[in-house]
Amino acid sequence: MAKITLDDIGKIYPDGTRAVGHVNLDIQDGEFLVLVGPSGCGKSTILRMIAGLEEITEGKLYIGDQLVNDVPPKDRDIAMVFQNYALYPHMSVFDNMAFGLKLRKMPKEEIKRRVLEAAETLEITEFLDRKPKALSGGQRQRVAMGRAIVREPKAFLMDEPLSNLDAKLRVQMRTELSLLHKRLGTTTVYVTHDQVEAMTLGHRVAVLRAVSPQRPYNLQQVAPPTELFNEPVNLFVAGFIGSPAMNMVYGHLEADGDTVWAVFAGNRVKVDPVALERHPGIDERMGDRLVLGIRPGNFEAASHVAGADPDKQIEVNVEVTEMLGNETFVHFLLDEEPVMTPDIQELLGAAAEEEAVMGHKTQFTARVSPDVPVTAGDRLALVIDTAKMHFFDPTHGVRIGATPPPGMEAMVQS
Amino acid sequence: MGTTPSLADHDTTGTSSDGGGPNGGRLGALRTVAAVAAIAAIIVVLAVSASYLRDENANRLLQVLLAIALGVVGVWAFYWAMDRGVSALPEALSERVRPIVFVGPAAVILGVYLVYPAINTIIISFMDRQSENFVGVDNYIDVFTKSDTLTSIRNSILWVIIVPVITVAIGLAFATLVDKLSKRSEASAKSLIFLPMAISFVGASVVWGFVYSFRPAGFGNQIGILNAIWTALGNDPINWLSVQPWNNAFLMVIVIWAQVGFAMVILSSAIKAVPSEIVEAARIDGASEIQLFWKVVFPSVLSTVVVVWTTLVITVWKLFDIVYVMTGGRDGTSVIAERMVTEFFKNFNFGAGAALAVILFVAVTPVMVINVRRFQAEEAIR
Repeated sequence: MAKITLDDIGKIYPDGTRAVGHVNLDIQDGEFLVLVGPSGCGKSTILRMIAGLEEITEGKLYIGDQLVNDVPPKDRDIAMVFQNYALYPHMSVFDNMAFGLKLRKMPKEEIKRRVLEAAETLEITEFLDRKPKALSGGQRQRVAMGRAIVREPKAFLMDEPLSNLDAKLRVQMRTELSLLHKRLGTTTVYVTHDQVEAMTLGHRVAVLRAVSPQRPYNLQQVAPPTELFNEPVNLFVAGFIGSPAMNMVYGHLEADGDTVWAVFAGNRVKVDPVALERHPGIDERMGDRLVLGIRPGNFEAASHVAGADPDKQIEVNVEVTEMLGNETFVHFLLDEEPVMTPDIQELLGAAAEEEAVMGHKTQFTARVSPDVPVTAGDRLALVIDTAKMHFFDPTHGVRIGATPPPGMEAMVQS
Repeated sequence: MGTTPSLADHDTTGTSSDGGGPNGGRLGALRTVAAVAAIAAIIVVLAVSASYLRDENANRLLQVLLAIALGVVGVWAFYWAMDRGVSALPEALSERVRPIVFVGPAAVILGVYLVYPAINTIIISFMDRQSENFVGVDNYIDVFTKSDTLTSIRNSILWVIIVPVITVAIGLAFATLVDKLSKRSEASAKSLIFLPMAISFVGASVVWGFVYSFRPAGFGNQIGILNAIWTALGNDPINWLSVQPWNNAFLMVIVIWAQVGFAMVILSSAIKAVPSEIVEAARIDGASEIQLFWKVVFPSVLSTVVVVWTTLVITVWKLFDIVYVMTGGRDGTSVIAERMVTEFFKNFNFGAGAALAVILFVAVTPVMVINVRRFQAEEAIR
C-alpha cells in the first residue's frame, strides 16, 4: 500500500493534441479516489498514465516515494481491473489469478493459498477450473478483481469495472466493492462516468472535464461526495453531480434591509441567511445578474409542508409528472431564457442545440413527495428550501465566493 | 375474364394448382407446360451456345462475349427457370424437388470433375502402365521398393516436417516484429515480405536458379550470387544443387522464402486480434515482453498457427514445380508429386503415377480433416 502523487501531470499526443493538463492529486494511503467526468474528459488517460500504459509527457508521478515516470508497468507494483475484464481466455480462473504471482516466481503453496483465499472472498471457488468463456459477466468481473487482489499490490486501478454489468448486478457489485475496500484498505483509483458510482464509492471524488486550448486543465473539483454535492465549485460540477441535475436559472438578488430576495423569471423568494453565509462576498453582488441553482430535492409541494413560508413559494404550471413510487418528479417551465454558459454547453453536448430550440423557457424539475396529487396541467405551489440555494457567476460559471478551479483564476479576477 | 368467378379462379391457381375448378386445373397444367418448355428452351440455348464455343472457325470475340454472357446470364436464367418450373409443380412435390434442383447441378459438376477422376485414378493405380490389365497392388509394391520412389517419399516426409515449421516460425517472428513498427513502416515491411507470394513457384525457381547458378572454374564469371561470394572468399565454385543431401535444403529455402509472407500476413492479423486489454493486463501483471509473447499472445493465436501450419503441410505435400524446374528430381531431390508427374508424363507409366497420386491423396487427407475441423471450431466460437 502506498500513496500516489500526481504532480502537474499532463499528456500531449505526438500530433500535438492535449488530453490531460496540470493534474495535481495527492491520493492518500488507503484512500478510495474516484475520477469522474463525461466521456473525453481524460479520466481513463490519467489512470493509464498511473498504470504505466500511457507515457507521461508532463509532470511527475510518484507511487509511494518513488518517482515512476519511467518505470514500466510491471515494476510499478499496481494492479488494474479493466472494463471488459481482460481475462486470459486460454487460462482457467485459477491460472488467471495466479498468473501475476507465477511471473514473480512466488512459491507454489503461497500462490495456492492466496488464490484460494481471494476466491473464497469473492465466492468464486467453484469456478476455479473453468475458462473465462464459461462464466457470466458478474463472475468474470469477480475473477478480474481476484486477479488484482492476490497480487497484494500498492494500489488498485479500476477502469469503469462495473459498466459492462446489467443495472441490478452493478448495484450489488458496487456494494461488494465498497466492503472489499473497507477490508483490504488498499489505495484505489477508480474511473467512472457514472456519478452515482462516484458518490457512493469515493472517499473523495475528482470531477474532470475535457481540456480546451484556452483552459488546459482537467480537474474541476476534488472533494468528498457531500461537499461536491453541497458546494459545487462551478456550474460544470453542479450540473454533473446529482440526478436529476440541478435546476439553473438566471436571476438576481435584492437586499431589502436585513432580508435578501432572489428574483428570477417573475418570481421573488426570500433567501435564507444560511445560503448567503455559504457564498462569501455575495453582498457585493446584489443586483448583479447571477445563475441561481436549486436542486430538485430542495422543492416540496407547499400543501405538504406544515407552516410553509409564503415568502419562499413559487406557483408553477405542471408540464409533466413522473411518479417513481418513492418520489414524484414535477417538470415545469420558467419564463426565462435557458442558462447557456460554456460549462452547460459542454455538459449537454448534442442536447445543447435542442435546448436552444426551446427558446426562452428554462426547464425545471422539482421532487415532491409521492402522495402529492398532481398531474400535467395542474397549477402547483412549491416551497423552496432557500438555505440550500446556489449562486454562480453567469460569465465563467464559478460559484460565488469559491476558490476557482485551476486554470480559471484569471477569469474570476477580471 | 372481367367477371368475379374467373377472378377467383385465377386466385386459386396462383396458390395451389390442384384445388381450383376445372378452369383453374387447366390453367395450372398450362403453366406447368410453359415452365417445362421454358426450361427446355434454356437447356437448348445452353447446348447450342456450348457447341458454338467449340467451333474453331467462329469469331473469337463473339465467342468470348458469349462465354461471359453464358457464365453470368446463362447460369442465372437456368436457375430462374428451374425455380419457376419447380414452383409450378404441386406444392407437396415442389418442396421436395426444390433442394435437388438447386444442389443438383453443382453435385453433378462436382461428381464429373472431382469424384469420378478420383475413383478412376484409384482404379488405374491397380492396372499396368497402359491401364490395360489388372495388376493388383504391384504398382504400390514398386513404389515402396524401388529406390527412386523411396527417395522421393523420404524427401517428401522431410519437406513436410521441416518446411511448414520453419515457415510458421519465421512468419510468426516477422508478424510479431512488424507489429511493433509504426503503421506506415509496418505496411511497407509487410508488402516486401509478402511480395514473393505474388510469384509462382516456377517464377521463384527461375529467380533462385540465378542465386544457385554454377559455372565450373574457368568457364567465365560466377553469375550466381552464392558462388560469387563463395569464390570471392577464395574457394572453388560449387554446384549447390548437386550437393547431397544439402541440395534438398537449398530447395526448401525457396518454398520458405515464397510462403513466409503468407504465414506472416495471416498470423499478423491474428496477433492484432488479440485484445489490447489482455496484453496490457499481462504487462501490469508483471510479464516481460518475451513472457508476454509466449504466455499470452502465442496461446491466443495458436489456432491460427495450426491453420497456417496445416495449409503449408498440404502445399508442401503437393509441391512439384520447384523440384521439377530446379533439378528435375536429380541428385536425390525428387519428391512424391514430382515423381508422379514424371511417371505420368515422361515415363507414361500410368499405373505407377496413379499409385503415387493415391498415396499423396491419402497423405493429405488427415491434414485436410484437421484443417476443416479446426475451421469449424473457429466458426463455432464466433
